[in-house]
Amino acid sequence: MSRSPHSLPRGIAVVGAGMSQFGAFPDKTGRDLFVEAFLDMQRAVDKGLDPASVDAVYVGNFSSDLFEGQAHTAPLVTDAVGLLPRPATRVEDACASGGVALRQGVMAIASGLADVVLVGGFERMTRLPTAEVTDTLAAAGDTLFETPAGFTFPGFYAAIATAYMRRYGMTPEHLMHVALKNHANGALNPKAQFAVTIADWMKGRVEAARKKGKPLPAWQTEMDFLHDDAANPMIAWPLRLFDCSPITDGAACLLLAAADRAREFTDTPIYLIGTGQASDAALHDRADLTTLTAARLAGQRAYEMAGVTPRDIRIAEVHDCFTIAEVLATEDLGFFEPGHGYGMAEDGVTARDGAKPVNTSGGLKAKGHPVGASGVAQAVEVWKQMRGEAGPRQVPGDIPLALTHNVGGTGNTAVVHIFERRS
Amino acid sequence: MSSPTRPFTAAAFNQYLAERRLMASRCTACGARHLPPRAICPRCHAAALEWVETSGRGRLVAFTSIAVVPTALAAEGHSRDNPYLTGIVELEDGLKISARLLGFDPKNAGAIQIGAPVQAEFLTRGEGDQQTTLLAFRAAQP
Repeated sequence: MSRSPHSLPRGIAVVGAGMSQFGAFPDKTGRDLFVEAFLDMQRAVDKGLDPASVDAVYVGNFSSDLFEGQAHTAPLVTDAVGLLPRPATRVEDACASGGVALRQGVMAIASGLADVVLVGGFERMTRLPTAEVTDTLAAAGDTLFETPAGFTFPGFYAAIATAYMRRYGMTPEHLMHVALKNHANGALNPKAQFAVTIADWMKGRVEAARKKGKPLPAWQTEMDFLHDDAANPMIAWPLRLFDCSPITDGAACLLLAAADRAREFTDTPIYLIGTGQASDAALHDRADLTTLTAARLAGQRAYEMAGVTPRDIRIAEVHDCFTIAEVLATEDLGFFEPGHGYGMAEDGVTARDGAKPVNTSGGLKAKGHPVGASGVAQAVEVWKQMRGEAGPRQVPGDIPLALTHNVGGTGNTAVVHIFERRS
Repeated sequence: MSSPTRPFTAAAFNQYLAERRLMASRCTACGARHLPPRAICPRCHAAALEWVETSGRGRLVAFTSIAVVPTALAAEGHSRDNPYLTGIVELEDGLKISARLLGFDPKNAGAIQIGAPVQAEFLTRGEGDQQTTLLAFRAAQP
């Protein structure tokens, strides 16, 4: 693979990573969650973090404006973690806000204008009722030409799914296996919003029915459950509840350092060796609905910069805002050929013990998707996995290379990062 | 006497919809056509566009039936029990657009064929100053 004309002029390392609990927290604001994530990150810096060493702050956040009535959030969260008067910048690229904030942090260090950067992301979504959350998320689409057509976010990805099913013969059952896998992983993630396997979820529902003296559900298998219109209702055909990432409150933080400063913080830095980002038009303007071109380009640019290939990547956190999005991601990143990704969850290839573990965190589906936090939380997961700190969901053996893939909108923005452990 | 060219804005596009015309832009420098219309050609970057009319006939490229409805569609009476269809249509000349879909059964989405022929329709909403026109496509005879 040829090297990109653009390369990182300085080595960059991630020397700390942390996140808040992801879930629904009526008594917390985005600011409160950001503080939790910062403290969790700070605890993870092996040699301690002297806040005086931070040069700049980048914050990914999609729409605290609409979710909390609060714009201009970067200086607010910077103040909340005691880091004024550093330059504080909010980054917005819909669901890619966090990943793009990370890239801004990378570029700040690469430019030489900063040595140590705090990158964070947060979203506080559960304050609004579902219809208003649906409206707010739809604002990430084209409000002039997509929203009037009645598209919602599940609707966009459902339309992608219908095109993909027609072209490659995928069925909704293939997508159900993606949800099963991600819940199997998320069950082992104490920070996950839904840290429960689908099997245990079913057991809980049966128990609840028994306690209420109601007729017990007739499910024999997880597939029975996932086909039940009451338990797994249709959201936008063919996507059901369990195909969709939830509405979540949460925050995540990373500490980046120039490689020549990394040893001040840790003897086990995780190097960030590739970054790529690209943009694309609205869904109706694309030649092919079965791929996210921006994700392919972002991946190619990251691979070129890093000097590695898709085969070299040991684990990946990809943007499964909907189950179909994980299928496309694995193809766009070159893990599988186009049209061959949809069976990989069912076949166990992308399971924690498979050949290509994808979304060991539980993905956006089980971990949760606080929009602006997700791109940062993906990097938190790969950092912990690469340092052997992922606990029960640890992928065994060395993880020399990992990748994060974060998408905004229907792929109007995509950003990919590649991480390396050298020792 | 010819009327002055309307600017290449969403407002002008919607004004044409109110006149029951689905209009695209065409670059006079390189010939590329765009739907929705553009003020700057994405292919050659010229800002020398003209309006062109489309036939409004096309085929379904992708679709979905929406059961968890946004506020605007709830106001039209849609809900889980009364879902609606939306999708992407490719017109005869290759241009594509997002639009409501009519003439198919939203409760039987599995039966809808990608490639089904459709024809543009113009839906009026509201009264007087607040009136808007939405683009839809209705299932057509092959």
